[in-house]
Amino acid sequence: MSPSEQLTIDRGAPVLAGVAVGAETGEQAARRSLRAQVARLERELSAIVADGFPYIRAGAPTWASTGPSLLDLERLEQLRDQLAGRVQELRRRAQERSEHELRAQELLERMKLEPGRYKFVRLPVTDLGQRGCGVWEVRPRFGLIGMLAGWWELKLSSGCPLATGSRPSATPATRPGRPLAP
Amino acid sequence: MSRTPPAPEASGPAGAFRPAPGWCAPEVAQELPGLRLLAAEAQVRRGGSLTGDSPPDIRERLRELSNRMRGATAVAVRRQPVPAAYRVFFRHIGLDPDAVRTPMEAAVLERMLRGGFLSGGLLADVLLVALLDTGVPVWALDAESVEGSLGIRPSGERERLGRSREAPELPGGRLVVADGSAPLAVLFGGLAPGHEPVANTRRLTLFAVQVAGVPELYAEEALWNCRAALELP
Repeated sequence: MSPSEQLTIDRGAPVLAGVAVGAETGEQAARRSLRAQVARLERELSAIVADGFPYIRAGAPTWASTGPSLLDLERLEQLRDQLAGRVQELRRRAQERSEHELRAQELLERMKLEPGRYKFVRLPVTDLGQRGCGVWEVRPRFGLIGMLAGWWELKLSSGCPLATGSRPSATPATRPGRPLAP
Repeated sequence: MSRTPPAPEASGPAGAFRPAPGWCAPEVAQELPGLRLLAAEAQVRRGGSLTGDSPPDIRERLRELSNRMRGATAVAVRRQPVPAAYRVFFRHIGLDPDAVRTPMEAAVLERMLRGGFLSGGLLADVLLVALLDTGVPVWALDAESVEGSLGIRPSGERERLGRSREAPELPGGRLVVADGSAPLAVLFGGLAPGHEPVANTRRLTLFAVQVAGVPELYAEEALWNCRAALELP
């Protein structure tokens, strides 16, 4: 929530209107307004985290929780301010991330058009906002021959390596569970 | 403290299930509009212990739900309307949902960490299935230990959680689920010692906490799911 937006909400809320009908009503209205702001900020925070996963995380909680209770005006204000700060920080990170992905996308386009200008440049697909372990890389076609002849191509490597490493070269005789040949 | 008398739990002619609405202290109702407690009694007709192995139909349901909830769901769950409503409510009562997880997020995170929804006993599984199906958390108390109707109120100074000897003292102003005479659970927290159902408990008081933004139908369905699963012979 930007400061101007926040002011608009405060102005629009019945906090000031409540002055005419008594201080208690005004404070209740202020709390109601703050809770509405907290709800909006929470939804925005969740949206940024869900959209930016796994690159943007909610971050460590800054709110010292004391258990479920009714929050007074001061606590609600603190909560709103802290949430607003977190949302602002996450928005900034989301913006940086989106710029990073845009630059990576542009680089990929250039690598496709002129692979010879980007020899051995590697671009992980995660930089493009995609999932997986693939990497775009400009490599010489036919190895050394391509390198000498200037034949460069853009290739996408295959997926993630196996967590258990490469498959062992088990022979039928050593494969577990199979009886040895007589 | 004035309390709304609960409507009797009713089953209509078509077998419609209507849980009893709990009371809410006026200061709580005023500050947290939309907060409601719904309660229902359940007779356990399943054979075996409440903490023992779940029957095959419930274990199968957990397996189905494990397959349905994958990594992407774990992150997206916070944007779904019902879990999002609980996140907002947590903020409103001073809990940070990124530190104290909402019930749905806690369950999904547990599924990610353990590789599936592992069975935790009949009652725990039934409550978990209801939560995953509806997004609404349900808790169970030993009905024999509940005096009067349940409701939500702030705790008083030096009040104890439960009526047992080992009942811990609560700080004043803590939101609790209470019956006519004592707090029986911290709201979205643990149950009072001595009031949890044990292995051979046959009569349960189930309660669900509905917050603003959660349709009543979901809370009713969560309770109905639990009752139906426990009352199957």
